[in-house]
Amino acid sequence: MERKLTCIICPLGCDLTVQVEDKKVLDVQGHTCPRGKKYAESECTNPQRTITSTVKCNDGSLVSVKTDKPIPKEKMIECMEAINNAVATLPVSIGDVIIEDVFGSNIVATQNKK
Amino acid sequence: MYDVAVIGAGVVGGLVARTLTKYKLNVCILEAQNDVAMGATKANSAIVHGGFDAKEGSLKALLNVRGCKMMESVCKELGVSYKNNGSLVVGFNDEDRSVLNELLERGNKNGVERLQILEKDELKKLEPNLSENVTCALYAPTAGIVCPYTLAISAVGNAMDNGAELKCNFKVIGIDEIENGYKLSAENDAVEARYVINCAGVYSDEIAKMIGDDSFSVHPRRGEYILLDKECGDTVSCTIFRTPSKMGKGILVTPTVHGNLLLGPTAFDMEDKEDKDTTAEGFANILGNTHETVSGVALNKTITSFCGLRSVGSTGDFIINSPKKGFINTAGIESPGLTSAPAIAEYIADMLKDEGLEMEINPEFNPIRKSYHAFAEASQEEKNAIIKENPAYGKIVCRCEGVTEGEIVDAIRRNPQPHDLDGVKRRTRAQMGRCQGGFCGPYVTELLAKELNIPYESVTKFGGESIINIGKTKGGQA
Amino acid sequence: MRDLVIIGGGPAGMSAAIAAYESGIRDILILERDENLGGILQQCIHNGFGLHKFGEELTGPEYAWKYEAKVKELGIECKLNTMVLDVSEDKVITATNTEDGLFQIEAKSVILAMGCRERSKGALNIAGSRPAGIYSAGTAQKFVNMKGYLPGKNVVILGSGDIGLIMARRMTLEGAKVHAVCELMPYSGGLARNIEQCLNDFGIPLKLSHTIVKIHGKDRVEGVTIAKVDENRRPIKESEEYIACDTILFSVGLIPENELSKAAKVDLSNITSGAVVDQDRQTSVEGVFSCGNVLHVHDLVDYVSDEAEIAGKAAAEYIKGNQGESVLIPITTDGKIRYTVPQRITKSKDVAVYFRVSNIYKNVTVTVSDGNNVIFSKKRVKVAPGEMESVTLKKEIFENAKELHFALEEM
Repeated sequence: MERKLTCIICPLGCDLTVQVEDKKVLDVQGHTCPRGKKYAESECTNPQRTITSTVKCNDGSLVSVKTDKPIPKEKMIECMEAINNAVATLPVSIGDVIIEDVFGSNIVATQNKK
Repeated sequence: MYDVAVIGAGVVGGLVARTLTKYKLNVCILEAQNDVAMGATKANSAIVHGGFDAKEGSLKALLNVRGCKMMESVCKELGVSYKNNGSLVVGFNDEDRSVLNELLERGNKNGVERLQILEKDELKKLEPNLSENVTCALYAPTAGIVCPYTLAISAVGNAMDNGAELKCNFKVIGIDEIENGYKLSAENDAVEARYVINCAGVYSDEIAKMIGDDSFSVHPRRGEYILLDKECGDTVSCTIFRTPSKMGKGILVTPTVHGNLLLGPTAFDMEDKEDKDTTAEGFANILGNTHETVSGVALNKTITSFCGLRSVGSTGDFIINSPKKGFINTAGIESPGLTSAPAIAEYIADMLKDEGLEMEINPEFNPIRKSYHAFAEASQEEKNAIIKENPAYGKIVCRCEGVTEGEIVDAIRRNPQPHDLDGVKRRTRAQMGRCQGGFCGPYVTELLAKELNIPYESVTKFGGESIINIGKTKGGQA
Repeated sequence: MRDLVIIGGGPAGMSAAIAAYESGIRDILILERDENLGGILQQCIHNGFGLHKFGEELTGPEYAWKYEAKVKELGIECKLNTMVLDVSEDKVITATNTEDGLFQIEAKSVILAMGCRERSKGALNIAGSRPAGIYSAGTAQKFVNMKGYLPGKNVVILGSGDIGLIMARRMTLEGAKVHAVCELMPYSGGLARNIEQCLNDFGIPLKLSHTIVKIHGKDRVEGVTIAKVDENRRPIKESEEYIACDTILFSVGLIPENELSKAAKVDLSNITSGAVVDQDRQTSVEGVFSCGNVLHVHDLVDYVSDEAEIAGKAAAEYIKGNQGESVLIPITTDGKIRYTVPQRITKSKDVAVYFRVSNIYKNVTVTVSDGNNVIFSKKRVKVAPGEMESVTLKKEIFENAKELHFALEEM
């Protein structure tokens, strides 16, 4: 089976054509870098996404956060539930882990806040 | 019991109330909306007309000419922007020229000063951007432009500073005659007054019906407008009208007192008194007409469009009468209603005198009110003195119009207090510039929430259900 | 008298400041209107920044921090919460803040780095009512990402620019339903990856060649009428469709904020709405430079940083008295290429010329000609208006040219 994808790894957005049989990737065309090929393989077998959002701080303000590595795409909404229920204690620095191990990824701060 | 209740806080109601506070009277203003100036007052051409349009001997003619003469000093007292920029009614052919001659003659009879017909070469010097097809024009040097909503807001504010009371969200739904006066009822409130002035705009016929007066009706006439960036404000210096037709004065092109360029209005008779929708046909009409009179209008500099409803009375003239003792109608105040408003206010005061209201001069009446733009108009030294005293004046909130936090907070604290974002906009011009509140909206919301002591998410655009945010993210708790 | 004053502390301003410092200038002042450095990046909490500059995918605040940390480390002076009100032709800057009040600064050189703003709904003459619930995508982004408030639950977005696409995902993740993204043009103005991960991931329909023809609702938005448009972008009446919603977001273009450039009498381009500049990003006013989104709207912040470095270095040279060359070669375009930045170049340096195209073209050759001679060409499989393109020209190939013409040839 042939699948057409748009690569989301970088802003180039390459059009990818992937040959898949039984969840196995046989061939990838259209990528311009190795990461594109890797993306195509992952997208057809175990699609993953990085989540960015905000977490409440203990003073009522918000701090921006992200998953430090991509999580399974179908877990995005569940991941948001964890993010919505968390409270970060200030001060927070970029990279600080706000929530540990959400579907294999840590939720880390992407902002410094006093 | 109040001496006088004024129904409607538009420019007419506001100026009537303010005029009455010159006397020792207990005055109350009842406004159906969340703020004052919410009807035709906030969406019209903002023109101070010379006074040559109305038929000789009509109330419109009388009050227009008088109002035009009063406007500058009233605006000065109330700190409202006014500019005597003159107007031109342009003609394209001989037929137009004969109409212009009629207008000239009528204007002279009405007492309009210094009217004259200008020819093409003179017009080109006066207004270089007029279309090549314009052959002649009636020039009215006494005409001007004004900020209609700050005129109403400042009139109400000045009335309040002089003792009047304002009740917003007070929609009169019933009027009962009581001993020595009237009882005016709203859904959850009622007031009693010896005298009632009906200044309810498009609803003035319905108010009149509440006391059994069905001698007139009022219908709304839609007027759509397009407003351009301040970059375009000097496209023309005078207000440019077309030769009039029976539907009104046609599409005009005018600078505003704040330096924008305004195009419009369309004219479409309606039944629904709430339908302020703009239409694709209306926009097409404005754009087509504009091109015919003025060239080089940069339409890609449009910053907003809006629609107002003028209240057109069934008699053709202003309807100002007293159908019952102690009750005065001011209805059908369509153009030149804004110009006439200061004169209408005096006229009403005289009527009240005739009706037997004792009108003793109020020695404490203060006619002067500080402009909302006083800081903006101050010198650099004065500004620095103000900032030193209150640093909030050093902080620009609205980047497009250069409005400071100090000005916004001051406007929120003054009479009449705004309760919503649009109220702050009309008073201070914050959110009224080219980005239309994109940058400052969230911050003005914060200032309003703080000053009114309400939650951020309760702030509205113009009252009612017009909330800006429906709630908090992250499950609500903070 | 200050050596260098930079107006705007976003990615362009910070990058220019660092470059000027590294070129030997120490007396630098950044004037920033917000309470933080970083500009619009502070509210762009999504990832996708920095791949070119840092080889990693950063969020907006993280990208901004890389520069902010450097600005702080170098001890470059910044005045925050400071709004510049005027810049004169002779480089006198008038600004205001709560501490200094209204004040003036004279500078040897000025870098304009004020960024851009969103085109508002008001500019579009859309029929209907004017209820609450209508925001530009960036305003909604501020409410959601910075303030923690949700503007609405049921959303329709007009315009498929990147901010609109990003907000479709943000609103969805925060619990709203985005019913459609309508795009007037037959193609999206946003990046392909954003259509994929912001719309397709959540099943949000992208309606190309569609627009909003009417807004409904008295107090709060109650719905929109959308319609398909014909090839002249006129709505087709028969295709009208009503969508109930409580919120409309507009992502209909960005406009460089050049009010101060105009005050400084800088020549502006009708096409970019930004200054006309040379390869040093120097404007028509000597010693006044322009970079970032105030010069022309960029697709990637990485290119903003690159451009600002050029301006920062050049301003440093200017301050040191090393004037640029006065003989410059103008660049013209064929319309398929809408514009180039810079618009004129010196003979004595290699130069990277950035440009945008006016439509989607496939299998094209970008040509650069000197009169009838094609001196450079480059094949591209696909070019789109949403993406910035560039070519790098060696000085040897154009040093004798009187004018360079950029064109797109379809194969």
